[in-house]
Amino acid sequence: MAEAHPVGFQWVVEAKARGATVIHVDPRYTRTSALADIHVPLRAGSDIAFLGGLVNYVLQHDLWFRDYVLAYTNASFVVREQFRDTEDLDGLFSGYDPEERKYESESWQYDGIKVGADEQDPEERVTKYEQKGSGHQFGSGGAALDPGEPVKDLTLQHPRCVLNVLKRHFARYTPELVQEICGVPPALFDKVARALTSASGRDKTAAFVYSVGWTQHTVGVQYIRSAAILQLLLGNMGRPGGGIVALRGHASIQGSTDIPTLYNLLPGYLPMPHALEHESLHEYLHLNTPRGGFYGQMPAYLVSLLKAYWGDNALPTNEFCFDYLPKLTGDHSSYPTVISQVEGKCKGYFIFGENPAVGSANAKMQRMGLSNLDWLVVRDFSLIETATWWKDGPEIETGEIRTEDVGTEVFFFPAAAHTEKSGSFTNTQRLLQWRHKAVEPQDDQRSDLWFVFHLGRVIREKLRVANGAAVDSRDRPVLELTWDYPTEGSHADPDAESVLREINGWDADGKALSGYTSLQDDGSTVCGCWIYCGVYADEVNQAARRKPGSEQNWVAPEWGWAWPMNRRVLYNRASADPDGRPWSERKALVWWDEKDAKWTGHDVPDFADDKRPSYEPGYGARAADAIGGADPFVMQTDGKGWLYVPSGLTDGPLPTHYEPHESPFTNPLYSQQANPARQVFSRRDNLSNPSGAERGADVFPYVFTTYRLTEHHTAGGMSRWLPYLAELQPEFFCEVSPELARERGLAHLGWATIVTARAAVEARVLVTERMVPLTVQGRVVHQVGLPYHWGANGYVTGDAANELVGLALDPNVHIQESKASSCDIRPGRRPRGPALLQLVDNYRRRAGITVETADFQ
Amino acid sequence: MSRMGFFTDTSICIGCKACEVACKEWNSVPDDGFNLLGMSFDNTGMLGANSWRHVAFIEQSKPVAQPDAHVRWLMSSDVCKHCTHAGCLDVCPTGSLFRTEFGTVVVQEDICNGCGYCVPACPYGVIDRREDDGRVWKCTLCYDRIGDGLEPACAKACPTDSIQFGELDELRERARGRVDELVSAGVVDARLYGASPDDGVGGAGAFFLLLDEPEVYGLPPDPVVPTRDLASMWRHAAAAAGVFLGLGVAAFAGRRSS
Amino acid sequence: MTERRRGGERLMVPKAEFSSYYGKPVLKRPVWEERYIAGYLFTGGIAAGTALLAAGADVTGQPSLRRSMRLSSLAALAVSGFALVRDLGRPERFANMLRVFKPTSPMSVGSWLLSAFALPTGIGVMDEVPALVPRPLRSVVRRLSRPAAVSAAALGSGVATYTAVLICDTSAPSWHAAYPEMPFVFAGSALSGSAGLALMVAPIREAGSARTLAVAGALLELSAAQRMERRLGFVGEPYREHASGRKLKAAKAMTVAGVATTVLLGRRSRAGAFLAGAALFGASALTRFGVFEAGVISTEDPAYTVRPQRERVGEG
Ligand SMILES: Nc1nc2c(c(=O)[nH]1)N[C@H]1C(S)=C(S)[C@@H](COP(=O)(O)OP(=O)(O)OC[C@H]3O[C@@H](n4cnc5c(=O)[nH]c(N)nc54)[C@H](O)[C@@H]3O)O[C@H]1N2
Ligand SMILES: Nc1nc2c(c(=O)[nH]1)N[C@H]1C(S)=C(S)[C@@H](COP(=O)(O)OP(=O)(O)OC[C@H]3O[C@@H](n4cnc5c(=O)[nH]c(N)nc54)[C@H](O)[C@@H]3O)O[C@H]1N2
Ligand code: SF4
Ligand code: SF4
Ligand code: SF4
Ligand code: SF4
Ligand code: SF4
Ligand SMILES: [Mo]
Repeated sequence: MAEAHPVGFQWVVEAKARGATVIHVDPRYTRTSALADIHVPLRAGSDIAFLGGLVNYVLQHDLWFRDYVLAYTNASFVVREQFRDTEDLDGLFSGYDPEERKYESESWQYDGIKVGADEQDPEERVTKYEQKGSGHQFGSGGAALDPGEPVKDLTLQHPRCVLNVLKRHFARYTPELVQEICGVPPALFDKVARALTSASGRDKTAAFVYSVGWTQHTVGVQYIRSAAILQLLLGNMGRPGGGIVALRGHASIQGSTDIPTLYNLLPGYLPMPHALEHESLHEYLHLNTPRGGFYGQMPAYLVSLLKAYWGDNALPTNEFCFDYLPKLTGDHSSYPTVISQVEGKCKGYFIFGENPAVGSANAKMQRMGLSNLDWLVVRDFSLIETATWWKDGPEIETGEIRTEDVGTEVFFFPAAAHTEKSGSFTNTQRLLQWRHKAVEPQDDQRSDLWFVFHLGRVIREKLRVANGAAVDSRDRPVLELTWDYPTEGSHADPDAESVLREINGWDADGKALSGYTSLQDDGSTVCGCWIYCGVYADEVNQAARRKPGSEQNWVAPEWGWAWPMNRRVLYNRASADPDGRPWSERKALVWWDEKDAKWTGHDVPDFADDKRPSYEPGYGARAADAIGGADPFVMQTDGKGWLYVPSGLTDGPLPTHYEPHESPFTNPLYSQQANPARQVFSRRDNLSNPSGAERGADVFPYVFTTYRLTEHHTAGGMSRWLPYLAELQPEFFCEVSPELARERGLAHLGWATIVTARAAVEARVLVTERMVPLTVQGRVVHQVGLPYHWGANGYVTGDAANELVGLALDPNVHIQESKASSCDIRPGRRPRGPALLQLVDNYRRRAGITVETADFQ
Repeated sequence: MSRMGFFTDTSICIGCKACEVACKEWNSVPDDGFNLLGMSFDNTGMLGANSWRHVAFIEQSKPVAQPDAHVRWLMSSDVCKHCTHAGCLDVCPTGSLFRTEFGTVVVQEDICNGCGYCVPACPYGVIDRREDDGRVWKCTLCYDRIGDGLEPACAKACPTDSIQFGELDELRERARGRVDELVSAGVVDARLYGASPDDGVGGAGAFFLLLDEPEVYGLPPDPVVPTRDLASMWRHAAAAAGVFLGLGVAAFAGRRSS
Repeated sequence: MTERRRGGERLMVPKAEFSSYYGKPVLKRPVWEERYIAGYLFTGGIAAGTALLAAGADVTGQPSLRRSMRLSSLAALAVSGFALVRDLGRPERFANMLRVFKPTSPMSVGSWLLSAFALPTGIGVMDEVPALVPRPLRSVVRRLSRPAAVSAAALGSGVATYTAVLICDTSAPSWHAAYPEMPFVFAGSALSGSAGLALMVAPIREAGSARTLAVAGALLELSAAQRMERRLGFVGEPYREHASGRKLKAAKAMTVAGVATTVLLGRRSRAGAFLAGAALFGASALTRFGVFEAGVISTEDPAYTVRPQRERVGEG
């Protein structure tokens, strides 16, 4: 965190000064470790075992927060008889389909819930796989529960109640197993377990902070699930000082999931309609609207969104232009898109603020895809590798790309920086903060808002001319869009505040809405993103508020604006007990005020403010009304924290340890080596290292992980071109332990070549005791650290670590496994030109790598 | 105008180098070359005409801060000490170096004639001459900012408040408290450097909380302003001059004038 | 000494050595260019020594010695001025030197001293070369000749010794620690060097005092240097070792040889006197270059900074 979120880390330093114990779990000893009380070096890719060990520790020693867990989680829910755990099926959950390599999740359901398996015919189920194909779609909601009441056993005696399922599932996660998988000695594990559990309970809370060290795995989502289970058991959710803090990436990357740049989501985590499943608005709402929870109002959210898109053209009579929405036909996420470029199916590409030729896994495949386009638009500050690969990319040197053969027409547009345009950043706390333009962009530099708006304007003009009077229905979705933002300044930049106001939405009289509860499904309200509704309440840009913390309470509600409804701690109703009293004075955040019969407190209650703690939803109650007065997790369909996930995840209701897609070790738990639902694209241009017991795995005996340095930013576009940053970390290097240096004859400041099935890169060697060899399964394992910031352009250049990384993805969110793979490392620089390909080929031959290897075990 | 200075608490430095960058941005200091030094994460090397803040990185096997840690990683942001008795200022023949109303030591670039005398005069090796323009440059303690009531750029940018700017007396007070805090928390190596008014430079305007010996960070253990002995130097020189003349007179004494 | 080789390939990020930061110097290397500043130390000494000899010659009525010494003095002064300006980069920058008078700055004091010294030195030369002076003024110059000679010698004693303070008033360990003896070394070196020059240019009959001064100056320099090195111990190392140490050893050898030749042949043969003088003149130059380098070397190796200071404060 000190490395990649230094400014946020000041609060950790402050907490430490106030007596907090800081624990850093990381394969490497980093700048964060330097300030931590405890550093836990573990093998990259083994955290589920570590966290599972902690879950087991909490359950075995009865350290879980009984009152909290019983009331606020699904611990007492009884799971269907058909459910089989990985412990029963040697690494598979019930419902696995070996052909599809996907799970059908019906057997994971609770007792008492009706599931549609029986009524469904097979091919419809196939589309269901695809539509459910992304856990992202349940971003802040969680999956819709099929109808019915789950069977519960509040005595927790029932062998199939979630808590007992959990106990059995994690029983084997002992300190010894943790040591065998992670290389963490029991003494250190015990130290962490004590520190964590002693910091949780009525008077204390512990927080988990993670970022991509936990997500870039073929089991990334399940990593976070493990933490969620632990935090729910310890009662650390929805309470001050608790939670699981997902540190985000680029400025406003949170905003770009709320109002997404993701292919499968509409604003506010509404699922993108599927071509086969959602032929009508009715079908869409029927299939996606859960009975309970805030998503119960999905019709109001979606209709208001359609009104924002198509304004007066969106009418009840035409389903509010629902068919104007693009529909999914499958997985259109980033990597499959690149593959379709390579295959010649995807012909044009817009790249706004991204440098995939350096920043994305299997960088060569990215460049090969770019080389196979008709046109490419790149908007950036400088001529990044993604704009110049065709003349100076690595394939030019190896002869794999000849400039004269590249048919792609490349358009480069200089972008305006955040200082040159107004707008909002949404940070990791869901906090929107407004940014005012400081200076006008120079020359041809323009904001992205300018580009998109005027591109749309020009296209609409051309279509209007082309169509004349008789408008081709194909063009209506574009022509009928509301595209009328006021512009300002010499460049005719659209007024960003008018966009924010549209996102907030307005009522029938055109007055800005004050919150999503006033949204209607009859077309009388307009709202660009329901969770942001209220950011422009009272016609005021609430995100622009900057009242100093010293002039308000410690929650500082008047600094910026947080979705939903300016609530700073999500699910904060859990900070009070079922009767609405704070669990402890020390940890009071919101509580039920009997006198005024309403919820109140330091923070804005994340709860219907007049709903009594004793409220019981009547039968057939819907949406928010279906949430009981003691059910804090209001976005979930049942208001509960899910220890066990009956539906919504593609790779199982519980996290369990699988080895990374490429690993020098076998999975000691099951014969199922890696996540059976992971996405692997086995192709000539995306080969995998043999893994585990596979023949040739020993050719890649080391683990490597990639990461960031404070001094650089991601693919380098924002640091390699700035001398003041570039000089601070001028060269691509690898971090290795003295032991590995000795084993492989690597010299400090010398060169090393790192090799995988995809490629070989060269890096300067930094031998450091911060890298420690670990003992895993009785064997010493060395880890190699590779920062991934360099490429061919800028003040400082070097090979890109992403040449090494292959495409093996998490099945829920399609993120690449760039944090834990296997490799070989050797002294000296890499060969140049075609000889480089030779070297990689030799490795493939030695390891017997084919399209099949490491594809599936 | 009370004396202003820095208390740099290296025990909470995270080595982010924001101070180095902020300083260069504010003062338009040129880059210092793109060289990988292999000194842990330090690619700046040392203070100089083109680096007015320098973050040192020291990797130690000696576990101190964390009992069961195998290594310790010290980070510390160095800067001009703005000495009470400043060697650079004392020896400057042109008056280019001067003491501001904040008690800081600043170079006036329009007066500096590049004689370079201040360079070896500094007991901390801070000030240096720029190759291209031949004049010397160093931290100004953001004379232009603090004059307007702003805190120096480096302190402003420091996320953890490792760099604390303020009135020297108050800072010294705070620093002593911080050391006690750390020592009682078991960080026995914590000690102040440059905080004492009776050290060799009469106390530094920018002082530090260190977790090891100064020389580990590249700082002199007991710096002394060279001019402390200047009077004695002149006395010796006068004596030598006397001998010089005396020998001359003696040598010619024998010969009578014609 | 440094704990590890600087640069090159090391086996790993060097273990933090408690005596230094990656063997990097603590101090800044003086930016002065050796040939100019060491040269300046030398020529300043010669200008001063020759002024002294000129005065002596004037008082004792040895015209050719006086003439040659006065010319040498101005020449040396000119060279030292040139060296100073070259090191500053631009001539006008010397003007800034006289912006203020700062007693705490030996360079400031020196600048004024040198400027003051220039006046009588100039008058002396005008007196020797009347052609330089407009007729009506010649009598004035004549009358000023004696006072000028004497004041030049007096100021010269400062010029010869202030340069020692100039370098000792720095943090360069080997210079600073040497301040008690350095002025005597410089004074002696100035005398022997200048006397050496006199032996080279003056007729034997007028070189008697020069021979005496040569020997006296040499003895002064050698004994002071001896004392200095014995006292300094570790920080004195650069005076004994490295390139600087070798230069100083050579300088001593040449001085001794010069003295011997002076005593044995100085009075007998012109050639002998010339040889002796050349040896002493060269030795004086070598001494200043050796001393200069010693100081520089002492800034480049952190050991010379850290070790003595560590001993001073004791193990922290
Ligand atoms: N200075 C700077 N700041 C940044 C960025 C930048 O490039 N530079 N990028 C921004 C972006 S886009 C993002 S997404 C965030 C990312 O922020 P972080 O996630 O903090 O960044 P990383 O360095 O990629 O990964 C963090 C750590 O994960 C560790 N790690 C690797 N594998 C594992 C594992 O299996 N388990 C565990 N426990 N740890 C593992 C790595 O050693 C590394 O230290 O940072 C943002 N902030
Ligand atoms: N091996 C490995 N690979 C990784 C990761 C890893 O940890 N390891 N991390 C992954 C993660 S988390 C991320 S986020 C990606 C990041 O990878 P990329 O997003 O591809 O890399 P960036 O350098 O952040 O690209 C952002 C570009 O946007 C430009 N830019 C900045 N502001 C603007 C703007 O306002 N408008 C426009 N048009 N352009 C702008 C910048 O100049 C920069 O070139 O890398 C991923 N790849
Ligand atoms: S770069 Fe911006 S967002 Fe990232 S830590 Fe620094 S200040 Fe925060
Ligand atoms: S540290 Fe050096 S440069 Fe800074 S004031 Fe002191 S003597 Fe001058
Ligand atoms: S270099 Fe400039 S600042 Fe330094 S002493 Fe000479 S004149 Fe003064
Ligand atoms: S005070 Fe100003 S000049 Fe000095 S280091 Fe900090 S930023 Fe640079
Ligand atoms: S900004 Fe602060 S924390 Fe960062 S390196 Fe400088 S002193 Fe350390
Ligand atoms: Mo990211």
